[in-house]
Amino acid sequence: MSSLFRSEEMCLVQLFFQTESAHNCISELGHLGLVQFKDLNPGVTTFQRRFVKEVKKCEEMERILRYLEKEMVKSNIVIAATKEKEMVPCARDVLELESTFEKLERELREINRNHATLRQNLVELMDIDSLLRMTEYFFEEAESLLTYSEPPSEDSVSMTVSSHITSRRNSNSSTSGALHLSFIAGVIKQERFPAFEKVLWRLFHGNFVLRHAEIQATEELQAVRGAVKKDVFIIFVQGGRVREKIRKVCEGFRASLYSCPKTLYERKQMSNSVMTQMQDLRMILRRTEEYRASVLTRAAEHVQEWSSKVKKMKAIYYTLNLCNIDITQKLIVAEIWCPVSDLAIVQNALIKGSEQSGSSVTPVLNRIQTQQTPPTFNRTNTFTEGFQTIIDAYGVGTYQEINPAPCTIVTFPFLFAVMFGDCGHGLVMTLFAVWVISQAESFRKWKNEVTDVLIGGRYIILLMGMFSIYTGLIYNDCFSKSFNIFGSSWCVRPMFHPHGPWQNETLQEYNHLQLNPFVPGVYSGDPYVFGIDPVWNIASNKLSFLNSFKMKMSVILGVSHMLFGVSLSLVNFVHFRKFQAIFLQFVPQLIFMLSLFGYLIFLILYKWCITLRSETAPSILLLFINMMLFDYQSEHLLLYGGQKGLQIFLVLTAVLMVPVLLLVKPFLIYRTRMKTRHQVLGNNLNDQHGTDTRSSFSHHQSDEMVSMGDIFVYQAIHTVEFCLGCISNTASYLRLWALSLAHAELSEVLWRMVLQVGLKISSGMGSLMLVVLFAAFAVLTVTILLVMEGLSAFLHALRLHWVEFQNKFYEGSGYKFAPLSFDSLLKTQQ
Amino acid sequence: MPSLLFCGPKLAACGIVLSIWGVVMLSMLGIFFSAKSAVLIEDVPFTEEDIRDDKSPPQNIYGLYNQVGINCFIAAAIYVGVGAVSLCQVRLNKRQEYMVT
Repeated sequence: MSSLFRSEEMCLVQLFFQTESAHNCISELGHLGLVQFKDLNPGVTTFQRRFVKEVKKCEEMERILRYLEKEMVKSNIVIAATKEKEMVPCARDVLELESTFEKLERELREINRNHATLRQNLVELMDIDSLLRMTEYFFEEAESLLTYSEPPSEDSVSMTVSSHITSRRNSNSSTSGALHLSFIAGVIKQERFPAFEKVLWRLFHGNFVLRHAEIQATEELQAVRGAVKKDVFIIFVQGGRVREKIRKVCEGFRASLYSCPKTLYERKQMSNSVMTQMQDLRMILRRTEEYRASVLTRAAEHVQEWSSKVKKMKAIYYTLNLCNIDITQKLIVAEIWCPVSDLAIVQNALIKGSEQSGSSVTPVLNRIQTQQTPPTFNRTNTFTEGFQTIIDAYGVGTYQEINPAPCTIVTFPFLFAVMFGDCGHGLVMTLFAVWVISQAESFRKWKNEVTDVLIGGRYIILLMGMFSIYTGLIYNDCFSKSFNIFGSSWCVRPMFHPHGPWQNETLQEYNHLQLNPFVPGVYSGDPYVFGIDPVWNIASNKLSFLNSFKMKMSVILGVSHMLFGVSLSLVNFVHFRKFQAIFLQFVPQLIFMLSLFGYLIFLILYKWCITLRSETAPSILLLFINMMLFDYQSEHLLLYGGQKGLQIFLVLTAVLMVPVLLLVKPFLIYRTRMKTRHQVLGNNLNDQHGTDTRSSFSHHQSDEMVSMGDIFVYQAIHTVEFCLGCISNTASYLRLWALSLAHAELSEVLWRMVLQVGLKISSGMGSLMLVVLFAAFAVLTVTILLVMEGLSAFLHALRLHWVEFQNKFYEGSGYKFAPLSFDSLLKTQQ
Repeated sequence: MPSLLFCGPKLAACGIVLSIWGVVMLSMLGIFFSAKSAVLIEDVPFTEEDIRDDKSPPQNIYGLYNQVGINCFIAAAIYVGVGAVSLCQVRLNKRQEYMVT
């Protein structure tokens, strides 16, 4: 049966196809997305598999594609998206694609290398150019130094061109006429310059003249070189050996040295040639960049298509690795898990695939019986997918076990709404969910983790919002205010004279007054039509009433939810034909729960229905405790006649169920084992029982693995877990009350502290303050009440489902069906 | 004419959502205050004198109710303006995005 109630029936099918048609067949199956390939070579490592080289080739191609994509992103080239379903290439096309990719990669790398070298050259030329320009002044100064007999003044000279020159005193300057000053000129990073200076001083004790100036950072320079600041420097020294030492120091500081001609004329010539060289280089650089852009643009048109092709091929080769290739190399054997209802579709796809490859032999499908557990496959659509995901997050269902997802579609948003319960917030949540649903496709492009989770859960949020509006109407709570749609059942006027006890003076004396429902007219006798009466919103003892109401409601909802879970286990037992378990597990569990907690619900409902005076009404909790303790002293009031007898009977029944749960099943197993052992020992080879003995013998053999002690212990654990769990799980459902109280109180505090301040200003500025405060109210509502409380209620509702509900019937020990599907492959890897 | 665009696309979108919510909620609050709803009594700025020195009860309180209601309506009108400004910003943002690409 193909429905969401139970996971699909799966079958193991053997496929035989020819090697030539393998690619096309597997690609057709991949497009279908309905089969899971079983690994037929489990003992083989990844490196020993047959198609490992092809997989490596595909990975290499993927790497090249990634490199291409990165380059395209760097140069801001738009990658076109393709939408058509591409045909998967066969083995020959793989080689073609491979060679295309390699050629592209080589080309691109070469272009990049050349570009880098050209840039480097341009930088050098620019440095030389600035060096030449700035050292003009230095040379003039040096020549003037030679002619003067006195050392120049110590003042630092600053030029109007914004280069800062510090003059270094030459302490031992001998200014005799025939001085032969040689110089070294170069460019060094500005940050290294002070250290450079110090080192030179230490080495040469001032036997040199050092001039430096900062290179103007033009825009072009910055584009080519980046924001590194460099200084031009020139050192005048005497003597060849000193020159060599200084050269070494410069190399140590990574300063680039350039030879500078001595005469003015030569310098001018050099400057001109550098200019022309720079022009040429700039043009070459531009041409290189244009060529690179054109190569990338051409590739960009196909990159998406190539990438999906390569991914599909890799998936196909990976799948081929899982199959068996027989000796003659002509036949491929594969084993797949496939839903029984889709066998015809798979057959058609295989026929189509083999026709495409042009082979004459159609693939053979052979369904085989197996003892292995098939994977669990739940067919979901966009709506149910979200709910199935949250169930699977806890544990994938055992094969053919009942699927809690259909019930969860209703119970999960409902339990959330019980904890969230505000129609205003519910409305905002619903509108938000509607917006996300309508924009889901454009959101998927953002590829953020948070938005992915949001998109996956958009239908859950929609349902949570709609159910919250409903519970908000029941709690009569909308942004912490109530609606009075049907007319309140309470009336204050009859409390005054002459109907009731109040006078005008009563109002002055007392701060709090209580409406007495027994005064005629105060309470109309009919409760409010739908939900909580709006009068409670302005009552000061609102919480005493609401707490009692919500706690009892939580217990009722909790016990009902758990009883529903226990009854689902009945469905499982019937399906798996474990009729013994129905009487040994389901019935005692049900009786235990009903006699204790079902009776609690009955008490709650009964107390709500009858009329009591509030001063003398017995507390249900105390009644329950006394029932368990068999405490029936006469001063404790009972709710109805015959209560004592009924309660004693119920407690005794419940207590009687515990040994039934604990002992009967292991005892029966023990008895069957004894019987089979006697049968085997008695050598009963009657053919009629032959198969029975053999099966029970094998069963007995497998059971021998589990000793009787283990069975008893397991059963004891199960029983204790259930019985104590009943109480703790019921109490756990009280979080429905706790969270709804927290939400209501937070909402009220937000209104009172933010919006009410604006409303209470009655002067003219009131409206402006109201505008500002409303904005603050809206922001805080969204962040605190919707996001924080929403997440919290979501989490608690989820926990209630996972633990309290599902541990009554859910095993969750299956593995998920993971079909070969190109759609999901492309979606996840994008 | 200098560019009238002063907020990005996200801020403008938030502005639109906030103004729609503001208009709807504040106008409904205004209606409920004008209808003298009892549930909103805590939000009305009345004092002891208003109750005690009332010549014709409960007209003082009703007057205060009306005042708060009018305040709410004015605030709703201001939010209509804010919404219009945000809408303009959204349109300008879209146009700028269109022109750049």
